[in-house]
Amino acid sequence: MYNFDFVKPSTVEEAVAALADDEAQPLSGGQTLIPTMKQRLNAPETLVSLLGIEALKGVTVGGDRVTIGAATTHATVAREVAEAYPALAALAGNIGDPAVRNRGTIGGSLANNDPAACYPAAALASGATVVTNRREIPADEYFEGMFATALEEGEIITRVTFPIPEAAAYVKFEQPASRFALAGVFVAKFAGGVRVAITGASEEGVFRWSEAEEALSGNFSAGAVSALSLDADGMMADLHGSAEYRAHLAKVLTGRAVTAAG
Amino acid sequence: MPKDGIGASVKRREDLRFLTGTGRYTDDINLRGQAHVHFLRADVAHATLNAVDTSAAAEMPGVLRIFTAKDFEGVGGLPCGWQVTDKHGQPMQEPKHPILAEGKIRHVGEIVAAVVAETLEQARDAAEAIELDTEDLPAVIDMKQAVAEGAPKVHDELTSNLCYDWGFVEENKAAVEEAFANAAHVTTLELVNNRLVANPMEPRVAIGDYALHDDSSTLYTTSQNPHVIRLLMGAFVLGIPEHKLRVVAPDVGGGFGTKIFHYAEEAFCTFAAKQLRRPVKWTSTRSEAFISDAHGRDHVTKIQLALDADNNFTALRTDTYANMGAYLSTFAPSVPTWLHGTLMAGNYRTPLIYVNVKAVFTNTVPVDAYRGAGRPEATFQLERVVDKAARELGVDPAELRRQNFIRKDQFPYATPVAVEYDTGDYEATLDKAMQMAGYAGFETRRAASAAKGKLRGIGLSHYIEACGIAPSNLVGQLGARAGLYESATVRVNATGGLVVMTGSHSHGQGHETSFPQVVADMIGISPDQVEIVHGDTANTPMGMGTYGSRSIAVGGSAMVRATEKIIAKAKKIAAHLMEASEADIELKDGAFSVAGTDKSVAWGDVTLAAYVPHNYPLDDIEPGLEETAFYDPANFTYPSGCYICEVEVDPDTGRVEVQSFAAADDFGNVINPMIVEGQVQGGVGQGIGQALLENCVYDADGQLLSASYMDYAMPRASDLPMIDVDHSCQTPCTHNPLGVKGCGEAGAIGSPPALVNAVIDALQRDGKSVSHIDMPLSPARVWAAMNA
Amino acid sequence: MKVTMHVNGRQVSGEAEGRTLLSAFLREELGLTGTHIGCDTSQCGACTVHVDGKQVKSCTMFAAEAEGAEVTTIEGMANADGSLSAIQQAFQDYHGLQCGFCTPGMVMAAAALLEEIPQPTEAQIRHHLDGNICRCTGYHNIVKAIQAASGQPVAVAAE
Repeated sequence: MYNFDFVKPSTVEEAVAALADDEAQPLSGGQTLIPTMKQRLNAPETLVSLLGIEALKGVTVGGDRVTIGAATTHATVAREVAEAYPALAALAGNIGDPAVRNRGTIGGSLANNDPAACYPAAALASGATVVTNRREIPADEYFEGMFATALEEGEIITRVTFPIPEAAAYVKFEQPASRFALAGVFVAKFAGGVRVAITGASEEGVFRWSEAEEALSGNFSAGAVSALSLDADGMMADLHGSAEYRAHLAKVLTGRAVTAAG
Repeated sequence: MPKDGIGASVKRREDLRFLTGTGRYTDDINLRGQAHVHFLRADVAHATLNAVDTSAAAEMPGVLRIFTAKDFEGVGGLPCGWQVTDKHGQPMQEPKHPILAEGKIRHVGEIVAAVVAETLEQARDAAEAIELDTEDLPAVIDMKQAVAEGAPKVHDELTSNLCYDWGFVEENKAAVEEAFANAAHVTTLELVNNRLVANPMEPRVAIGDYALHDDSSTLYTTSQNPHVIRLLMGAFVLGIPEHKLRVVAPDVGGGFGTKIFHYAEEAFCTFAAKQLRRPVKWTSTRSEAFISDAHGRDHVTKIQLALDADNNFTALRTDTYANMGAYLSTFAPSVPTWLHGTLMAGNYRTPLIYVNVKAVFTNTVPVDAYRGAGRPEATFQLERVVDKAARELGVDPAELRRQNFIRKDQFPYATPVAVEYDTGDYEATLDKAMQMAGYAGFETRRAASAAKGKLRGIGLSHYIEACGIAPSNLVGQLGARAGLYESATVRVNATGGLVVMTGSHSHGQGHETSFPQVVADMIGISPDQVEIVHGDTANTPMGMGTYGSRSIAVGGSAMVRATEKIIAKAKKIAAHLMEASEADIELKDGAFSVAGTDKSVAWGDVTLAAYVPHNYPLDDIEPGLEETAFYDPANFTYPSGCYICEVEVDPDTGRVEVQSFAAADDFGNVINPMIVEGQVQGGVGQGIGQALLENCVYDADGQLLSASYMDYAMPRASDLPMIDVDHSCQTPCTHNPLGVKGCGEAGAIGSPPALVNAVIDALQRDGKSVSHIDMPLSPARVWAAMNA
Repeated sequence: MKVTMHVNGRQVSGEAEGRTLLSAFLREELGLTGTHIGCDTSQCGACTVHVDGKQVKSCTMFAAEAEGAEVTTIEGMANADGSLSAIQQAFQDYHGLQCGFCTPGMVMAAAALLEEIPQPTEAQIRHHLDGNICRCTGYHNIVKAIQAASGQPVAVAAE
């Protein structure tokens, strides 16, 4: 890979200052970034590690919400959120593999917004709020398509706040090689209605399946979605599955997630 | 049960270094003054290469020299070790396989230029500054299109993209046609044997070194057969005599066939080291491995089985297209022919067989042997078509097989495809596997799966393979350009310890443990007194290497022969020491005795006498105790077995989960059961990988879509079940001294058809009319087949 | 830049660039070649080490990120007297390795698992090994070795 300057600030302010340089990029675990750098597909002049900023780490549970610092690893979320929000903890505990979970962070995952990543589904289905050094962004406004987010230059995620639903589950069907989601569905049932977010399937990245949300809000059972279907148009197609297959899979997984949520 | 001799599960001594991080793999070697090479590889599949401008790159920091094809004028191409003769008696078309692309790019990954620099990153930086003048040509990817009229040619100097059109046995063709005309039933199956990438976990590495003082070259390389590399590279590529060339293959992290071959990078590093007077090192990345290691399989086949009214097999015919890739890799032409066509009888009495194979050049990475090499392709199509026939005829697949087996009283059995099986008992392995798998209790398990909403199926497969490769005179007639014997030198030290220098390289097979068991058993000493040396041409005798499940059958036999010579000489010495007749000397438990007396001398006394010959028959024999033997097998060996796989299919997603796997093998005698079982489990793991997960896919432009572990699905722990293995059915090989057959490839050969048969079984029991799905049986494919 | 860390209980310092991966630092700067590189997409796990007691892929972490950390590699896994640790011994006893290339990563992953779950089920073992690829064994004997190392009953490897 190309060489770069490595800096590891200890405060958000220092990190933001370091990232003011156009050629600087944040490093928040690097489990996706480093492999792309090895291929020389990404060439920052400065890498700003966010893992030295204690303020970005940790989980707080308060009342009806869970707040997770951006630099909190998947392993930590899996462990520390297990009681407050088991579906979110289970999702974190199934990302990648144990080594990835010890380095990868929720902030890194959401900032990257890989179309087959797990966290975006949780954030979108939960109606989470992405908090940055500048503002609070509702999940519905945060995800802007494959690898695209509402984040601006120099803006970094500091924490993510998840409202805790009454019932929720995430069901992932793994792409057999990468173990990313070929399709993954997060279903969250709140007093005010049900939210369904699907990752891995669409060319537009994570999205909400509004027909399913409507049906499930009236009748929270797998049967409620059995008559629905997702349009294959706009679904990803590759050697692991056609657009039709992904659309079908997303529907099947939605039913299973509802059943798992109970 | 012996404690530590033949038949004992002796724990592996090599594990101690591997478990403590003290193994010595090629990439662990760094030579003083070493430079690094980065290969600029083609990113298009087919193009003219008009010019390579290295002028800017050559000025970049750290660059020592940039090589292009021009630097290799006068250097030979990579040789092909096997010449196949086509059905008209003509030799195959054999294009030059240059070290660096000459005038034309023929596959993604082909080396266009090589940058040698002080550091690897400097070499990579400079490579980005190389300017290529190329003109894209239409890529030839699909084999049938490649041989169609008017297809673009991969090699302009050849008449077409057809390497050869092989008919076997050509004389049987008319009789086969007639049998089909008279058949009561014909089952036809068209299938693809998916292209695979071997993926040993250690990527390839080469380090070239040159010593000016004696004009000698050394290559450290990740090879299964360092002597073969020395011969091919020295004699055919670089023109270095063997006594000036040393090839070292230290610890090698798996091979599976793809580390048999002589590669351009090996020749390059050896060549460049001499040019630059500095060691030159190359370590493949995994991404490079995908586009530069020889791939495996990639056959497209139509197979037909003819049966009479009593369900006896009467004839078999196959038409196969075999992908050679852009160039002929070392043993590529032999894989779809002599390692494939000769196995089409399988375990059956089919009296008439005709095999046609068209080998085709395409703009893809060369294809060569991968674990099983030709035999998995033969087994897959045969065991699939037999299974399909059973389903069409409404008979139990196990019973149709049993009815058509070569019976155990028919051995030795000459098949209609040129080989003679020495021993076997196919019903024994069938019965054993059915018992292991609980075949009779399947219905209960199926009902339990159905209650969970899953479809359950059971599938079985038999296999036969030709191992112990190979009788040199026979393979010479078949086009091999090398002998396929093995050699061993046994050196006994004065104090009684032995060093066995073998040509059989070990890269996971555990030779360092199992070979001493044999020698120790013959002498009656502890295996701890026997050391194995391999992997270095400087301190081992000639060796043809490790592949084709040949090590114990051929390399082990050479070691036995050398040890027999040692024992014969030691008996002469013992006879002298005890003043007895040589004919009366017996060796048992590490001591020589005179029959009928209580006289005896210990092994160590005799070995000491050999090196301190104060009281010694110097008039009759030389001092010392060291012998070499070459062993050339009289025939192939024929391991066989029966594998049974049980699967559950999720009807909603198409996901297949392997529930159980039972393997009953007949390997003849077994030296170390623990190691043998590990070989089978690993082979089955790879076979399940092929059947369920792995697929090497090119797009129409010749770009590799499955170019990393992000898209090439390697089997992981959670993909595989526990694998139940048994090798108690033993019909020892009749023609080698150990009665062994070899076990390295069986698992990969027998398992794919068992798994596919199980999935088809599950779907048909559910009323689906699916009769075939091409591998890998990914969820998407199974779902699509179910919903077609 | 100079990087300092504790590796296998010993403080070490070495030169690193920003881009120097922890795996390269261990192999090239410290000569600890037991940590292997089997891929470049962070999938195979041959490079697995422990950093501050946690299993990580040393090829997907910069050396600079390990500044001040406690790093354990395969070279630090044997008992103090040089004998094999319980996990290493189980890998030998149950033939949990063949070519040995993935083995350091497997041992490091197994050690992390048993730290977290002292008596894992077969399914938990297989799930934990998601990031470690072995091409030789079919995982059968690796699973058994880890079961054995955890003190759970295992069928004998061979008769």
